[in-house]
Amino acid sequence: MGPESLEAKQKAAIEEVLKAYPAKAAKNRAKHLGVGSPEDESQKTCGNVRSNKKTVPGVMSQRGCAYAGSKGVVWGPVKDMVHISHGPIGCGQYSRAGRRNYYIGTTGVDTFVTMNFSSDFQEKDIVFGGDKKLAVCFEEIDALFPLNNGITVQSECPIGLIGDDINATSKVYAKKTGNTIVPVNCEGFRGVSQSLGHHIANDTVRDYVFDGNVETLGDAIEPTEYDVAIIGDYNIGGDAWSSRILLEEMGLRVTAQWSGDATLKEMAQTPKVKLNLLHCYRSMNYISRHMEKEFGIPWVEYNFFGPSQTYKSLRKIAAFFDEKIQAKCEEVIAKYEPMINAVVDKYKPRLEGKQVMLFVGGLRPRHVIGAYEDLGMEVIGTGYEFAHDDDYKRTKDEIMRSTVIYDDVNEYELEAFVKKLEPDLVASGIKEKYVFQKMGLPYRQMHSWDYSGPYHGFDGFAIFAADMDLAINSPVWGYSKAPWETEGEA
Amino acid sequence: MQNVDKIDNGKNLFQHPEYRDVLANKKQFEGAWGAIDKEKVAEIAEWTTTWDYREKNLAREAITVNPAKACQPLGAVMVALGFENCMPYVHGSHGCVAYFRSYFTRHFKEPTPCVSDSMTEDAAVFGGLTNMKDGLKNCAAVYKPDMIMVSTTCMAEVIGDDLYAFITAAKEEDGGVDLPESFPIPYAHTPSFVGSHITGYDNMMHGTMQQLTEDQKGETKERINIIPGFETYIGSLRAVKTIVEKMGADYIMLGDHSDQWDMPAGEYNMFAGGTKLEDAKDCINSKATISLQKYATPKTMKMVEKRWKQKGSTTCNPIGLKGTDEFIMKLAELTGNEIPKELKVERQRLVDAMQDSYPYMHGKKFAIWGDPDFLIGVVSFLLEMGAEPTHVLCHNAPRGWEDEMRALLDTSPAKDTLNVWAGKDLWHMRSFLFTEPVDFMIGNSYGKELMRDTGTPLIYMGFPIFDRHHLHRYSLSGYEGALNMLTQITNKVLDQLDEETKGIATTDYFFDLIR
Repeated sequence: MGPESLEAKQKAAIEEVLKAYPAKAAKNRAKHLGVGSPEDESQKTCGNVRSNKKTVPGVMSQRGCAYAGSKGVVWGPVKDMVHISHGPIGCGQYSRAGRRNYYIGTTGVDTFVTMNFSSDFQEKDIVFGGDKKLAVCFEEIDALFPLNNGITVQSECPIGLIGDDINATSKVYAKKTGNTIVPVNCEGFRGVSQSLGHHIANDTVRDYVFDGNVETLGDAIEPTEYDVAIIGDYNIGGDAWSSRILLEEMGLRVTAQWSGDATLKEMAQTPKVKLNLLHCYRSMNYISRHMEKEFGIPWVEYNFFGPSQTYKSLRKIAAFFDEKIQAKCEEVIAKYEPMINAVVDKYKPRLEGKQVMLFVGGLRPRHVIGAYEDLGMEVIGTGYEFAHDDDYKRTKDEIMRSTVIYDDVNEYELEAFVKKLEPDLVASGIKEKYVFQKMGLPYRQMHSWDYSGPYHGFDGFAIFAADMDLAINSPVWGYSKAPWETEGEA
Repeated sequence: MQNVDKIDNGKNLFQHPEYRDVLANKKQFEGAWGAIDKEKVAEIAEWTTTWDYREKNLAREAITVNPAKACQPLGAVMVALGFENCMPYVHGSHGCVAYFRSYFTRHFKEPTPCVSDSMTEDAAVFGGLTNMKDGLKNCAAVYKPDMIMVSTTCMAEVIGDDLYAFITAAKEEDGGVDLPESFPIPYAHTPSFVGSHITGYDNMMHGTMQQLTEDQKGETKERINIIPGFETYIGSLRAVKTIVEKMGADYIMLGDHSDQWDMPAGEYNMFAGGTKLEDAKDCINSKATISLQKYATPKTMKMVEKRWKQKGSTTCNPIGLKGTDEFIMKLAELTGNEIPKELKVERQRLVDAMQDSYPYMHGKKFAIWGDPDFLIGVVSFLLEMGAEPTHVLCHNAPRGWEDEMRALLDTSPAKDTLNVWAGKDLWHMRSFLFTEPVDFMIGNSYGKELMRDTGTPLIYMGFPIFDRHHLHRYSLSGYEGALNMLTQITNKVLDQLDEETKGIATTDYFFDLIR
């Protein structure tokens, strides 16, 4: 199939999809769908799509909420703090351990990531307010979990609606105990997706971790010339560890990891680093910009998916440092290159030419494109749940050919696009997974690595390649039709 | 570094020496107690196992730690997916719906359709009417369901949105294009800060039944309604239907999601199976209704009794031998039909199996948690096997449940050592497991951490089960379900026995080939 015909097919698919909607919804959705073209310089965002707007009511959006952004992404994985899901029981339970933010620690004693702490609001708390209950929650947590290094309050919808003052309650308790208590007003109805929750959470890091009196637990970290922080790698299945190993091998010292396997002290000491390394731009650009402005720390985006991007990113990072680091960077690349080449040699023949459609959260819709291409695969459709325009601008640099771009795609649209464009692999989240598997389409969850991984770094790429191979080349996809059914018959 | 011939994922990768070094090295920056003072961590870990800690833990009044319940709309979504071509619609922010869908999808490994009307800040201020008007219309136009079932989130409840008025307004504005006057949109208010997911099930089932059957009262038919309740075992739904069919009863299962969450491979259709709309409307004319989950359907059953005036309507809990016996006898009573020999043989086979394996369950101590009706059923079965349910914990216990469970436990000779824990969470359970240990736990995936911390083997049963596959495909109900439970529990006991006796030349004198 030539590029022209693919593009025509992609445009036709969008037109067809829009027909199902009533006029008002169609007009809205038309702005969020487009065909990205690398050659078309007039495109301001990839496919000229608009983003970060309200979801059309009544459709099956894959988006989450501000609470999910703060509790599930930014604060939840900070391991030595207790994060209270403040409000009714559901939000905390549904988000419990759903994200694979790996960490090392004794859960329930000095680390708490996979636990669920809830103030379990009842009707009387809605009527009379829950501030007093929250204050008791703080005390009980400190009594039963004395080795916690702080508490955050993750507000659910009712908190903002009934006007509880979690900030004052937190302040009183923080003053009394000297502990770090962070109130986060991340009610789910705020904003249009989890994205605002990231921003709100970033602001609380700024206000309570940097400007607060965070006690240095253990010895203060003596700065060196080569200190860096990993920001926005949530350690899904250990991604940050497989990234960290490369940075340390090239002579850098990773003094903080945000926020998978993260601790409060690491975050508090980040303003001492020489460079912030930002992996998930969407969720953590705010705090990185703040550190640049306030502490003069430069930040650089990097991408550790797939060798091409990893080589590029390692060199980009090394360029901030001296020749020694740059030389070691080349050594690291040289060390891993044979392994990477062996992985590509093994898997590319099995995957070459296969087409992929992606739909994920904040960075992966563009970051993983290179990793697929390293294996000879092509991404023919991609989009984000909660990106902003700057993400779609960045996406434009990553696509190689015409690509359907769908912002806040809902299940009806994604299903229609997949049926029309017939990719060999769909890579998206849990809610969509079984829809495509039912159709007999190979599928990988790109939020959780389908419980495999890590996928970051060179070691991660080997796993990524092996996983894509097992997805696409599994014999199970061939069994849908019974042997007694003839071709073309359902 | 990876070896291309044997690529390790995280399970083994992080055991490679270079990773052990990196992870050890990270500790100097952490400030976590495990990095600063390992002895302190060991000391506190030890303290959490003591009676002292248990008392402090039980004194908790405000914070819930590791709950064993979820919120109302989840149950409402389950009801909706049990009806043919029905789209669950949640009035509120879409974040909640993303959670409901993920939660069910992770449990069933199946797609879970559900929409929301994506309320945001402006709706919080001005109310969600605009969202409802657009949302119902879009939902009907895009997914073409035959029915939309509306429930609410805590957000919509706090601001006090009026569903009836909103739905009426949405239909009016649409003018019948996508939402004709006759288009059924049953609704229920399901605030998350009242009750739990079973309350939401009851509210939605009640709302649906009440609204669909309005003006449908006619002649009473020789037919029985079955309401399964918040049933997460697809196999149980099918086993119950099989029993009812064997009893020769004409029946309607109200809310049957067994096909929806068990779709065959090959193609994807958003909706599968479910109660037919005409049956749902006509169920008021059945002669009786049996609810299989008393505590998940109190409001619904009250309506059946008071408004529908169906005599003989009742609740049965067909889990275990006695529970199934009672269910079958109830069906015989209602239909007037003889109990077929086939069922008697099935029963005798179960009894035979129970007699084969009882020594392995007899006297064994169990800790168990889950929904109230599930617990009544499974605990009854444990008692039938001579087992000792030492800790029975129900976080979302409705009024009356504690007394019923206590009375059930009092039928055991070991009654003085058996405890009922209503309204407690799994962090309480952790204390109980340390201070009064048991041999096995029965519960959902949240027991995984209890298994790790206390070393008590876990038998996966209940909801949600995320980290084991296909258990929900089997039945817990009927004689078939009892046999499944027996198989699962006995073999876990045997697995554990083998585990404890496998030490070469130390304990393996008891590592018997034949058990």
